[in-house]
Amino acid sequence: MAIKRIRTKKIRVLPGFTLTLGFTLFYLGLIVLIPLAAVFWKTTELTWPEFWHTITMPTAMASYRLTFGASFCAALVNVFFGLIVAWVLVRYEFFGKKIVDALVDLPFALPTAVAGITLAALYSQNGWVGQLLAPLGIKVANTQLGIFVALTFIGLPFIVRTVQPIIEDLDPELEEAASSLGASRWQVFWRVILPVLTPALLTGFALAFARALGEYGSVIFIAGNIPMKTQITPVIIMGELDMFDYAKATAIAVVMLVVSFVLLLAINVLQWWTNRYNTHNLA
Amino acid sequence: MTPAATTFHVPHAVSRRTTGEPPVVRWLLISVALLFLSLFLFIPLVFVFTQAFAKGIGFYFETLRDPNTLSAVKLTLTAAIIAVPLNCIFGVAAAWAIAKFDFRGKNILLTLIDLPFSVSPVIAGLIYVLVFGAQGWLGHYRDAEHAWFPWLQSWINDHNIKIIFAVPGIVLATIFVTFPFVARELIPLMQAQGRSEEEAARVLGASGWQTFWRVTLPNIKWGLLYGVILCNARAMGEFGAVAVVSGRIRGQTNTIPLHIEALYDDYNFAGAFAVASLLAFLALVTLGIKTWVEHQHAKQNETEVIK
Repeated sequence: MAIKRIRTKKIRVLPGFTLTLGFTLFYLGLIVLIPLAAVFWKTTELTWPEFWHTITMPTAMASYRLTFGASFCAALVNVFFGLIVAWVLVRYEFFGKKIVDALVDLPFALPTAVAGITLAALYSQNGWVGQLLAPLGIKVANTQLGIFVALTFIGLPFIVRTVQPIIEDLDPELEEAASSLGASRWQVFWRVILPVLTPALLTGFALAFARALGEYGSVIFIAGNIPMKTQITPVIIMGELDMFDYAKATAIAVVMLVVSFVLLLAINVLQWWTNRYNTHNLA
Repeated sequence: MTPAATTFHVPHAVSRRTTGEPPVVRWLLISVALLFLSLFLFIPLVFVFTQAFAKGIGFYFETLRDPNTLSAVKLTLTAAIIAVPLNCIFGVAAAWAIAKFDFRGKNILLTLIDLPFSVSPVIAGLIYVLVFGAQGWLGHYRDAEHAWFPWLQSWINDHNIKIIFAVPGIVLATIFVTFPFVARELIPLMQAQGRSEEEAARVLGASGWQTFWRVTLPNIKWGLLYGVILCNARAMGEFGAVAVVSGRIRGQTNTIPLHIEALYDDYNFAGAFAVASLLAFLALVTLGIKTWVEHQHAKQNETEVIK
């Protein structure tokens, strides 16, 4: 009882708690929470069968498959190449390394519309890269491959930037111990290094995947937006909005929001796992 | 060199050799990394600038001087000038509350602050259409008896304030998509710094504001600057959210990214890339400042360790 009383009577030395927390909650509610609630409120205008019919219409179903599939593949490819890029940037020295390191963040900084028109023009039949691929029979622009390319561009920094600090913190003694006990370099990588990097790789994968699911600007130019073939889910929402069919647009938006929230939760758990692993290592 | 030093160095060299990769593997990995980055980063970057000048330097500046381009630049700057300071104030306030005090539900608050990052830009635009659009919560056509906030609705109608398909909607959408940037940079930074320095300042008689300006701000200035430039880059480059609320009226509600889309849809590729080069240049400046800030930050940390 006595302990409890001491705890609740803790004196705050620093001022401004009520002011800053109050403003934070007010601004958060006004800008984010109330408008987001509008999405869920709007769907109540639809009956349950109408809602179900909208979110399962063939164009929407095709767009979910495409969006999830392309985002998944892009994030997976980024895990592989992102790990190599992060490794090379931490462990090796080469000419221009600092500039390369800074440019990895380009997809964060470059506006999506600029990325979109650039990739579309670059991979079109007479673009710099497109004309090299055309003789091989590979078409990128206006195909699902194009969407994959744009999503790979967007997701690249997520993996590199989550794995890079973990590689920097790797204790060289672990690797030395493993190799002095007779492990080959390859075994050291698979048995010692990769297990330590796994939580960060998963977190990076989830971040890139989540970002790719909602991506719009960089995809629409290269995708061509052919119904049932290269229409991603945000394009379906945009199409319904252009026809002023807000209820339909909102129903599909709800599906995307629910998926995003589940992913956000998963990312939080993953990050907690990554951090726990790190502090465990330090101790 | 003394013999002792040599013997000290030998095991170290041996261990280096056994834990490193063979030169062939190194060379291969570096090549793969650079090839991948070239395909996805370097070539696109070079491509923007070459295409921008594809029709000559005269055409480039002609495009940039076009009234529609100038109006897009003006609108983008307006949106950023409003959105960035607001999110900056929010970021500092949120970081102060979260890093300097203990309260229940802190983790939930942190997740909610990150929420705009996981919402698709198209949905970010949609939510404001649902609130302020013609049929929305506060729209013109919403019948007054069922209005959610009758006084607010009639105030908006009486003053003939247009939000959707107008500048205020663009500003709101920009604020939403750039919402977490500053807070996200500052919260971990201020949490790591703890509260002892501020508490000492208070005990020594400084007022709350003095503590903030003289103790906290100098400690967080690089993180704050970093958050602000990231926030600004996104504010000026946002496309999807702004596309939904803007209505894309040329010369009136087109921002720079929307103007790029309009030019591209007109098959004016050189024009589109000329305007795009402005934003690509902004992105490079952002990355430059970011690298510089990180350098300053590392230097600050080093001097603190020495102290």
